[in-house]
Amino acid sequence: MKPFSELLDRLLYAPARTSKLALLEDYFRSVPDPDRGFGLAAIAGTLSLRVAKSGVIRELVAERTDPELFHWSYDFVGDLAETAALMWPEQQAGRDWPHLSEVVVAMDELPRGQLTRQIASWLDTLDATGRWALLKLATGSLRVGASAGLARAALARYGGVEPALVEEAWYATAPPYLDLFAWLDGRMPRPEIAHVPVFRPLMLAHPLDDEQASKLDLAEYSAEWKWDGIRVQVVAVRGHVRLYSRTGDDVGPAFPEVVERVRFEGVLDGELLVAREGEVASFNDLQQRLNRKAVTPAMLQDYPALVRLYDILFDGEEDLRGLPFLERRERLEAFVARERPEGMDLSPLIPDTGLDELDRMRRSAREGGTVEGLMLKRKDSLYVPGRPKGLWWKWKRDAHLVDCVLMYAQRGHGKRSSYYSDYTFGAWQDGPDGEELVPVGKAYAGYTDEELKLLDRWIRDHTIERFGPVRAVEPRLVFEVAFDSIHPSSRHKSGVAMRFPRIARIRWDKPAAEADRLATLVDLMG
Amino acid sequence: MHPERWVQVRPEGLYVVPGDFYVDPVRPVDRAVITHGHSDHCRGGHGAMLATEATLAIAAARLGEGMAPSRQAAAYGETIRVGEVDVTLYPAGHVLGSAQVLMEHQGGRIVVSGDYKRRADPTCTGFEPVPCDVFVTEATFGLPVFRHPPIEEELRRLLHSIELFPERCHVVGAYTLGKAQRLIVELRRAGWDRPIYVHGALAAMNELYRGFGVELGELRPATAGAKGEPRRELEGAVVIAPPSAIADRWARRLPDPVICQASGWMRVKQRAKQGGIELPLVISDHADWDELLQTLDEVGAPRVWITHGREEALQYAARKRGYGAEALRLVGYDEEGS
Repeated sequence: MKPFSELLDRLLYAPARTSKLALLEDYFRSVPDPDRGFGLAAIAGTLSLRVAKSGVIRELVAERTDPELFHWSYDFVGDLAETAALMWPEQQAGRDWPHLSEVVVAMDELPRGQLTRQIASWLDTLDATGRWALLKLATGSLRVGASAGLARAALARYGGVEPALVEEAWYATAPPYLDLFAWLDGRMPRPEIAHVPVFRPLMLAHPLDDEQASKLDLAEYSAEWKWDGIRVQVVAVRGHVRLYSRTGDDVGPAFPEVVERVRFEGVLDGELLVAREGEVASFNDLQQRLNRKAVTPAMLQDYPALVRLYDILFDGEEDLRGLPFLERRERLEAFVARERPEGMDLSPLIPDTGLDELDRMRRSAREGGTVEGLMLKRKDSLYVPGRPKGLWWKWKRDAHLVDCVLMYAQRGHGKRSSYYSDYTFGAWQDGPDGEELVPVGKAYAGYTDEELKLLDRWIRDHTIERFGPVRAVEPRLVFEVAFDSIHPSSRHKSGVAMRFPRIARIRWDKPAAEADRLATLVDLMG
Repeated sequence: MHPERWVQVRPEGLYVVPGDFYVDPVRPVDRAVITHGHSDHCRGGHGAMLATEATLAIAAARLGEGMAPSRQAAAYGETIRVGEVDVTLYPAGHVLGSAQVLMEHQGGRIVVSGDYKRRADPTCTGFEPVPCDVFVTEATFGLPVFRHPPIEEELRRLLHSIELFPERCHVVGAYTLGKAQRLIVELRRAGWDRPIYVHGALAAMNELYRGFGVELGELRPATAGAKGEPRRELEGAVVIAPPSAIADRWARRLPDPVICQASGWMRVKQRAKQGGIELPLVISDHADWDELLQTLDEVGAPRVWITHGREEALQYAARKRGYGAEALRLVGYDEEGS
């Protein structure tokens, strides 16, 4: 439990991906089986423990601490589990730490009442970081900024193997991943994946700009629409069906109707969309179905899911990834004609045409809001995991551009920790005392290193207030902000949320009063 | 005579009437007794200053020789008559030269502890409990969530991190007086014998500590050489700097630093995260919660006055233990470098 708690603690503070990878790799190297496998599962979110409610923590704390002192402490710390971990009466004796595996097994097997007692006695043996980790684990809320994808990347580093090999093997194994580690340690062959519905690492596209587009030999490429949904991989093997997201998370539980309708065997690549009677709805509609734990019949009714297919990786057990794109496309069309998969359709190819026509189509994509632009795929491209150069391109519609005013700047992390690199910007609206700025977005990218230095100096020179790592600045600097789309949002004061906002230009020259108004942004939602 | 009758809280600080002096005044006064050299307790402009020899030296280094025209050094345990009060300094274990002030008047005994800690610190003399009628205590970490782990444990985490990230440098934010030198000495004890790199603001105090016989080993300036050029020799090194410098412009000269901070506040995760700290080290020169209560019991004073920090919780806990506890609400003491 001690190495695990120290790992969680350090992951919580590590700003950079490379640091997190090094921390995880060190953990896999220094902790024996089966603890490291359970630690991995806890981080990757594959440990399905019965989760204790925060009431359990309150109950334990009430037994062991003074309520007045708890009140003041909670008020100061602000997090229940952390407060309990910090103020738990420390036991000087023993220090007989439980193993993580003991904790996991007990959480799985003990009846609730007994488990509460067991948690109390563990708390007695741990130090503050150990108690914090235990309570976070018990309440199912680790939140240390590490994902399953990150954990798998660390495994690949640990074993010195290609990430794609780990990606595939991952789904054929389960906590505590003994066979996975045995393979990475070179003691056993890779876990068998043939008859398991594993995730097949995706082939990804590079963004294409206008200049690159003009240099492409279009005869070599096949064009199709880039749908504005989420990329999914439908895997059906021997009656097991999985719906994997781009990052290899199983999103099947959120879309049960898609999973239930699968009758075929194979692996298909496509876009998950919401569509009513063949009419694709906006990304905003799809969002109503994402990240939901429970799916209600009303949601199935109001936001019906559709998978729009654009590639086939396996037909039955036959691996098609070694075929060129056009041959796979033929196989996909034949597959769809043969299997007639319910709730799925084919993403049509755009007939070969010239650059100008494609460009016009790409630009016209904004209306309707269901298409993000075009995909250009080399006709002879094999299905190569990762982001191989020059094979697939995404040519997005032009970004929206608005002029906003810098309001707050926050210091960055890691290499940017001394720079004010995260910017909150606002648009004008009518306020009780005339024109006022309302925050409409936040961006951390789009500027050069040289510009970052200038911005950092400007912010330090124009600060009007400081709140810890955040500075409020004089409302004088205008950013031209680019973003892909804008949606209504009840979580933001402005009522709007941008997708992928970035700084397109710094308008040192432009008076702040001439920046855009909130109403202009609202109009862009269409 | 009731202690309230001869000790008063005034805007200048704690005033001792029959001795006509203040303890750690926050404004210039005629006569001051100073517990230790941190800037919130030891300010310039007083007429006369009584303190330990080390505290006087620290004050002179910080404030210049003109800090107080008249100075008197007292050894630990040596009683000096000031007006109608017998004043004796006892070690407080906070930083080099830090003292508690025992004041005796007409049979009454009051101890002003200043800032103190109970852990062993190789750079200063350890705290000594002094029996008294009124014990005046700080409450910087006056909440049960504050419990400092052993320093060896925190340094083990630092050294492990250096092993893990050999190509980066570890910059540790530590208050320039006391914390920095303690950290250096404890690192030496933990076996770190390579040069330690220090921010320029530490140089004067490091020299002063050395003058009082504290061995620091080889120290080098952290930012010698060209500005804006990260130095290769700092890869894998430990750099110590004031907390204000570690995440700001000064740190840009360090090669991909792991930002660490040595402070009791690092115990609370949100505090560490907000400060952009990548490796928080819970190392404090103050008593933690358990030690505050332990100290009240060891000193055994029936009455406890609480000066600065989180008074409510400590007052509550002291009363539950049967002490008459009051918050003095002195202003002007900060939490920097705790």
